[in-house]
Amino acid sequence: MIAEIGHYALVLALFLAILQSTLPLIGAARRNYGWMAVGQSTALVQFALVALAFAALMNSYITSDFSVLNVAENSHSAKPLLYKISGVWGNHEGSMLLWVLILSLFGAAVAWFGGNLPAELRARVLAVQGMIGTGFYLFILLTSNPFTRLVPAPMDGRGLNPILQDPGLAIHPPFLYLGYVGFSVAFSFAVAALIEGKVDAAWARWVRPWTLAAWCALTIGIALGSWWAYYTLGWGGWWFWDPVENASFMPWLVGTALIHSAIVVEKRDALKSWTILLAIVTFSLSLVGTFLVRSGVLTSVHAFAVDPARGTFILLLLLIVIGGSLTLYAIRAPALKGGGLFQPISREGALVLNNLLLSTAAATVFLGTLYPLFLDAIGGAKVSVGYPFFNATFVPLMIPLVAAVAAGPMLAWKRGDLLAALQRLKFAFLAAFVVVLITFYIQWGGPVLAVLGVGLAMWLFMGVLAEYSDRIKLFRAPFGDSWRRAIHLPRSTYGMSIAHLGLAVSVAGIAAAAWQSERIETVRPGDNIELAGFSIHFDGIEQLQGSNYTSARGTFTVTKDGSAIAVMRPERRFFPLQNMPTSNTAIHTTLLSDLYLALNDGDAPGNWTLRAYYKPLVPWIWIGAGIMALGGLLSLSDRRWRVGVAARRARRAPAEAVAKA
Amino acid sequence: MQRLLFVIPVVLFLGLAAYFGLALTRDPSTLPSALIDKPAPAFALAGLGTKPPLARDDFAGQVVLVNFFASWCVPCRAEHPILMRMAEQEKLTLYGIAYKDRPEDAQRFLTQLGDPYSRIGVDQSGRVGIDFGVYGVPETYVIDKAGNIRLRHVGPLTASDLQNEILPLLKQLGRS
Repeated sequence: MIAEIGHYALVLALFLAILQSTLPLIGAARRNYGWMAVGQSTALVQFALVALAFAALMNSYITSDFSVLNVAENSHSAKPLLYKISGVWGNHEGSMLLWVLILSLFGAAVAWFGGNLPAELRARVLAVQGMIGTGFYLFILLTSNPFTRLVPAPMDGRGLNPILQDPGLAIHPPFLYLGYVGFSVAFSFAVAALIEGKVDAAWARWVRPWTLAAWCALTIGIALGSWWAYYTLGWGGWWFWDPVENASFMPWLVGTALIHSAIVVEKRDALKSWTILLAIVTFSLSLVGTFLVRSGVLTSVHAFAVDPARGTFILLLLLIVIGGSLTLYAIRAPALKGGGLFQPISREGALVLNNLLLSTAAATVFLGTLYPLFLDAIGGAKVSVGYPFFNATFVPLMIPLVAAVAAGPMLAWKRGDLLAALQRLKFAFLAAFVVVLITFYIQWGGPVLAVLGVGLAMWLFMGVLAEYSDRIKLFRAPFGDSWRRAIHLPRSTYGMSIAHLGLAVSVAGIAAAAWQSERIETVRPGDNIELAGFSIHFDGIEQLQGSNYTSARGTFTVTKDGSAIAVMRPERRFFPLQNMPTSNTAIHTTLLSDLYLALNDGDAPGNWTLRAYYKPLVPWIWIGAGIMALGGLLSLSDRRWRVGVAARRARRAPAEAVAKA
Repeated sequence: MQRLLFVIPVVLFLGLAAYFGLALTRDPSTLPSALIDKPAPAFALAGLGTKPPLARDDFAGQVVLVNFFASWCVPCRAEHPILMRMAEQEKLTLYGIAYKDRPEDAQRFLTQLGDPYSRIGVDQSGRVGIDFGVYGVPETYVIDKAGNIRLRHVGPLTASDLQNEILPLLKQLGRS
């Protein structure tokens, strides 16, 4: 019964979405305010209905109702509660339901917080959201219904893929989807602006917080996914250029470009049609990502729904959404005239450089991901593109980008003085140079690129600090004066500085990966392994019984120069239901470096294969990503998003302005 | 002229969509069947322990199962009872290839768990595995009387694989 309620709620949501995508649009064209207002109620009710459907599915999972096909295929009564819950989105149908839940959440948020939007713009934005919703509700109801019943119900379910039974992965998809789907708001704003034929500073100011929120969620989502891969897959890597990782990385790259180019639209009234294009492309890449994963066009560990019928449906959806919006763009965008003119060397120029490099990087990843597919489609060989390609193309684009991030904020709008900016960065340059020298001294003969990377990270870090102290006139004005300036700086400025610092931290972590040491050895209890100055002693192995797995857990005592550092317990788990072993790595972190042990089956009874890694600075990769997201959130809390446009602020008292997340 | 610039994105996308459509008609997981209905690659391997050596020509004119295994692989242990059942109850001819495994380890593995194979070839370098296109052990191949590969099974065999996949195929091939 409860599953049927969920199904019914989803059907109702579909009809509301159809209503939402037509009435407000017609209303906006005819200036009928009653029709325009329909969008708000439908968006709110839609969210309530999808939430109800989601709750119904979650209920079936928690109560282990195996008469629901989806539950029977993906859950098991012996599974811990957390994974019963995360199992809801650990499969194709459920994850699509999560997708529309988040879509309707954003729609409802636009309706709720969009009080300061002009009625026409809000109506059109909500209508576009309704169209996207209509497509995805149809997709779920026609090809991937999570509420299908199974008669007769089996005694127990098939269980969730053991590798997905992990707390990190339980929350990774919701964040990733918040990011993917969050970009739909930027998309809807872009399409609404194209329909209206008007893009101005106010538009950019409305669209930026939504983009920023989605970007923060996506940053966290990608970092979580990478961290999960690092500690579960057991070979110490943290990024594999896997097609599905790339699918989430491309919207992130273009989304990053978007939050920067929207600044130019807001402050300088320039780059309008480019920003609109970025908004469309960002969400399109999110959709293409969904297509690549769901259709089975790419095979990958992530591709849990391999079904050509769904692929065809999604392709049709892509054609309508992306093809339609880009056609609209081709017709309407040429009429968008930019206002602000600027010199190549200026803040705008720096942001254009940022955009060029980020979009080129995204295009590179796109080619690397799809080239093997393309070759196959024209009947060529089956190839896979991996590290060598991305190292040769992606990394060279990132080096000038990171180098420019330090200098960009130093330049003035309209016309900047690069020489003066670089002069103010002389300390940053000096610091980077010293770090490079020290690194060379310690690691003579090591990889040159990594030394360069660490130097770049230092350059960026010091550059951000230099820019900040410049802003508050540190040491150039009395301290009290600087303090006052620091307090009064807008939060968005702090957000920018912190996000850029986070980038520096991540770059250092990525570069330092070159100095890892690893050993892969066959060991027996009693053996000793030396790694990077650590002595790892294999004390023994014990057999354990988990709720739905059996486990062999090794105990290793790590000593350095005779003193004990840690006792590490990597595990090898075996899930009999799926007949699948997983590695539970043991990581000893000092935040400056990780010692990483993974246990594998040995070649004979009593023998074990131990992968031991010493990884300097590796935790900084995710710490940096966290700092970046924090910077984004801080910028999001800036007061100027919540008050209306500057012009309107003058007219109205700030107290009247509607709070906006 | 400048208008044309704004048409580029949609044109690029349409090209991409056409290519996606084309890609949809292909199944990237069909690669494993590259050798289906083609002759099994020729090989001649040293035998394990005291058993005679194993070469492709040894099973000419028979329907046989060739199973790649290794003592270091957990799923091989999982499928082992099925192999024993195939050999003892179904009286099937099973040939084993010890893949990237030291002979003494493979021997110990079989001494411990039982030996379902009529003959075993030692493929310590993995060379024969490459010729067959083995992704990872265990893998099982059904080869017909003409010496053609008729089925490739990746991963451990289960009881239902045996009932629904292997036995019907062997029946159809008229096992000898």
